[in-house]
Amino acid sequence: MSTELTTFALVFLFITLMVVFYFINRRREGHHLRDIPAFYRLRGAIEVAVEDGTRIHVAIGRGDITSPQGAAALIGLSMLKRVAAIASDSDHPPTATAGDGMLAILAQDTLRSTYQSLNLMDKYDPSLGRVTGLTPFSFAAGTMPLIIDEAVSANLLVGSFGNEVALITSAGERSQTLTFAGTDNLPGQAILYATAHEPLVGEELYAGGAYIGAGPMHVASLHAQDVVRWVLVIFLIGGALGGLIKGLF
Amino acid sequence: MNRLKFKAPIATVIAILAGWGILFTYILPLDNLRNTVLSWVVIAAAAALLVGVINLLSVHLGKLRGETGVSLYSFSLIFALIITFTVTLLQGPEKEFPQWLFTYVQIPIESSLMAVMAVTLTYAGARLLTRRTNAFSVIFGIALLLALLGAAPILSTEITFLREITQVLSGAGARGILLGIGLGTVATGLRILLGSDRPYGG
Repeated sequence: MSTELTTFALVFLFITLMVVFYFINRRREGHHLRDIPAFYRLRGAIEVAVEDGTRIHVAIGRGDITSPQGAAALIGLSMLKRVAAIASDSDHPPTATAGDGMLAILAQDTLRSTYQSLNLMDKYDPSLGRVTGLTPFSFAAGTMPLIIDEAVSANLLVGSFGNEVALITSAGERSQTLTFAGTDNLPGQAILYATAHEPLVGEELYAGGAYIGAGPMHVASLHAQDVVRWVLVIFLIGGALGGLIKGLF
Repeated sequence: MNRLKFKAPIATVIAILAGWGILFTYILPLDNLRNTVLSWVVIAAAAALLVGVINLLSVHLGKLRGETGVSLYSFSLIFALIITFTVTLLQGPEKEFPQWLFTYVQIPIESSLMAVMAVTLTYAGARLLTRRTNAFSVIFGIALLLALLGAAPILSTEITFLREITQVLSGAGARGILLGIGLGTVATGLRILLGSDRPYGG
């Protein structure tokens, strides 16, 4: 079987599982997800920001939307939509930063559609979704003053970040604001584990939408991911054992 | 507002059709179609870069007009942007002055930020165990020490077995994490193809 057909079979399996879990989850109560403390703390931080009239900063990184790194940014946009839906009426509404022009356009569009659905278009300001820099370090350098100067109480860094993310988390540390962070970049993950208050490791980043109520399909896709992961693990172990046995005889 | 409401379903239909169309070009013999559509996307991405620059400029112009007084950072950014943009537009990016700006302004600034980052990381590494005391932080600390010890010779002696241990362990861990990231990426893409995620205001 060619690589393309294998990929397509995997995609078809994934879609089938997502649709099946979507209908199963509609019938049963609760979401049946494992505990990820970062998301409970995030919900608390959003509520506190609304009550205090402080700002939540959502950074969606600098991943190119036409590459696989764009997926992490799309999760950031889903979370931005959810955060904006809860906190848009606050004195300091959520703001989004990006290190890529296309992501900034999507962030503005996400915020605009959320404000429109809440009938708050008179409060919508396009500069709430902004580019802070177009190279990794200029993006970090442009984001740092925003965290320190603009009444931010929590930072949600969800997207593709590299080593430069250390500078952003250090700004959060200096301004004594909470930082929730996840990236698809391996060195970036190691840095976030050491520097963020609540790091999201590996696939936890992609689970964000399911935990903050971005929609039932997020929960269904998380369950589908679990099943496909076990299928892949069985294939990997089976392949390794097969190779070992073949080598022995 | 009605115009926006009308636009949303159209954007959703275009996104879903384009996504499925590109996916099918991987199994049908339609490589030329895929390459043509992807080349349009590259042009759109280049235009979006310019939109990003305009967005950056408008945010900092807004800060200069703000009530909080003239921001030195915003003024510097706008000044540097205008100079760089004008000179590069007139001379071309490979000529002497744009190259001088890149070599003697941008690279030193980014290098100094990298130096700040090194200090920040050392401090964060040292603080990790006091801030989050658990088994994973201890493992993280031990792995960091082993990697540092195996990375360079100590008194002209290389500890090769440490490097091998860390490479095997970190390689195994990285593969596990990448598997999760890969699955998450596929799931995110499929939600867009199914129209349940619409990050374009749909």
